[in-house]
Amino acid sequence: MKLTNAQALLGACAVAALSTAATAETITIATVNNGDMIRMQGLADDFKAKNPDIDLEWVTLEENILRQRVTTDIATKGGQYDVMTIGNYEVPIWGKQGWLMPLDDMPEGYDVGDLLPAIAGGLSVDGKLYAAPFYGESAMVMYRTDLAEKAGVTIPDKPNWDQIKEAAAAMTDKDNGIYGICLRGKAGWGENMAFITSMANSEGARWFDMDWNPQFDSPEWKATLDGYLDMMTNYGPPGSSSNGFNENLALFQQGKCGMWIDATVAASFVTDPEDSTVADKVGYAQFPNKAGMEGTGHWLWSWNLAVPAGSTKEDAAKKFIAWATSKDYTNLVAAQDGWRAAPPGTRTSLYENADYQAAAPFAAMTLAAINGVDTAHPTVQEVPYTGSQFVAIPEFQGIGTAVGQQFSAALAGQATADQALQSAQALTTREMKKAGYIK
Amino acid sequence: MARKVTSRRMAIVTVVAWAVGFAIFFPILWTIITSFKTEAEAIASPPKFLNFHWTLENYITVNERSNYFRHFMNSVVISVGSTLLALLIAVPAAWSMAFVPSKRTKDILMWMLSTKMLPPVGVLIPIYLMFRNLGLLDTRTGLVIVLTLINLPIVIWMLYTYFKEIPVDILEAARMDGASLKSEIIYVLTPMAVPGIASTLLLNVILAWNEAFWTLNLTAAKAAPLTAFIASYSSPEGLFYAKLSAASTMAIAPILIMGWFSQKQLVRGLTFGAVK
Repeated sequence: MKLTNAQALLGACAVAALSTAATAETITIATVNNGDMIRMQGLADDFKAKNPDIDLEWVTLEENILRQRVTTDIATKGGQYDVMTIGNYEVPIWGKQGWLMPLDDMPEGYDVGDLLPAIAGGLSVDGKLYAAPFYGESAMVMYRTDLAEKAGVTIPDKPNWDQIKEAAAAMTDKDNGIYGICLRGKAGWGENMAFITSMANSEGARWFDMDWNPQFDSPEWKATLDGYLDMMTNYGPPGSSSNGFNENLALFQQGKCGMWIDATVAASFVTDPEDSTVADKVGYAQFPNKAGMEGTGHWLWSWNLAVPAGSTKEDAAKKFIAWATSKDYTNLVAAQDGWRAAPPGTRTSLYENADYQAAAPFAAMTLAAINGVDTAHPTVQEVPYTGSQFVAIPEFQGIGTAVGQQFSAALAGQATADQALQSAQALTTREMKKAGYIK
Repeated sequence: MARKVTSRRMAIVTVVAWAVGFAIFFPILWTIITSFKTEAEAIASPPKFLNFHWTLENYITVNERSNYFRHFMNSVVISVGSTLLALLIAVPAAWSMAFVPSKRTKDILMWMLSTKMLPPVGVLIPIYLMFRNLGLLDTRTGLVIVLTLINLPIVIWMLYTYFKEIPVDILEAARMDGASLKSEIIYVLTPMAVPGIASTLLLNVILAWNEAFWTLNLTAAKAAPLTAFIASYSSPEGLFYAKLSAASTMAIAPILIMGWFSQKQLVRGLTFGAVK
């Protein structure tokens, strides 16, 4: 009889296990390959423990491939993904199109109010949040404190372009392979144009006037491109027209750059003693502006998790997003890998945390950079678009890359600044006419 | 004297051939070497060729993070499946074009080749929609079909070229002996064209293995082959060169080994009929 009971119990357990497995819902998550996202995959067991009825399937891709892949899928309602990792460029465009589900019913305790206002603002359409930020970044100056001291220059917390140029000149020591400044030169809307658009914002330039006419023939754009080419030609590393984020990161980590102006997320890489030879010699300053002019470059990027409209697994997808972008997740990362590894740039509470401030010397400058961004007014002139280091219209990917090619060619010496600006003006006008913005 | 000149020329040609071969192989060699470096050493300037701390760390990380075997099996099924299906269609097609050509055969051949000139992205959305409606997205069956269609023109062209080299008299003799069309193709033509078919098969497997547009765009998690495996280790923001190299080495290793062992067949097949 006892044996029969035990058998019955075992049988019941087996049935229960089978039925759990049978009812477990699998959500497919499309994500990019970067350190924070890979860490999230590693910590997913915590989510599964809390949600045994949800299985996770990961699709990790390089970000440009991912962008093409998820755009095709969402535009055709392919339904291949339940959670998509997308940038703050896509969120407002896709939100307006009705391609994303609003995240206005996040679970209790999620604390939407804790999200950094600049980041949350970029992910909202008509006051509704359409994606939850996983990590965010702005841009800032990272510089070598030892080289600055040796060269006798001081870089203020809020430098202007004249001061940056002077510092670059003073720190350059080409005989010893040290270049005063490293900037992006590789063509692409998310490559050199991210930096140059931010620089243009800080110089008071704008992509379009209020009637969507391109503005590359303005004195502000001329000042931007002249300044960029001047610094890079005289104080930049050789072959910089093919340098993107990774190439500059490698140069900076090997001690070959005096300054590097790029995404704030780079700060955690250059201060990582495992990979960087200059980890303890890095200082930070805000993105430069034009002397006498307020405002910064208004660079803002975030990787966000969103649910495509029409997903049949909406509840499970939202549960996952709430887990991955919550305060608890940040605590989990801190417990596992230390506070320095916490995904930056999304929550106010992280920057108020004393442990994080102690572990991440770049925290205060990162927060100041993000808080300084206003995506509705990226430059001092009036604009018909929102955006920061990009213009949030669907056509920008194509136009931005084409303009980036002109500027990259100018950096490589294949065209003058004036020729590059003329070509940029012509091609942007043509594309905007084709898209129906101007007649 | 003449013999001396020939030797010298032979030596020069040999050196040049090795140099060209090495130059072509160098990126693969560099990828393999980089896969044994740490991320910091992978970006070291000046680059380190052999004098670095060799490590298997990247292979361990890649194996922990990804399900290599699933990607590998998907690649095998997709490349072999599409090749066999393509051959099944191409052998009769090439037979008909080589031995019973019509007025329009040349035009048809050119038209088939012209489909290769269309940028694939131009038909991505229609094919994606068709696949969505047929439930073929993220399935190996879907990829076998699409890769068959993509490589079919090349397979037909290659087989057509080989079949043209086979004397038509032999087939006629078979016919005189009462062989049916099926028997003619299976028992007479195919055995004689084995080198050509084998090299076509090998080349098509390589092409399908390396195909990285459709295999990335029509898959998500279940049917993703090794091309997606590689794409998951590339990043424009973050240094993953050593891990990317390890993933690439693991992805190309099977096809590299296959190519190595079958190079005689491949070369013979590719030069078949080139020199008379």
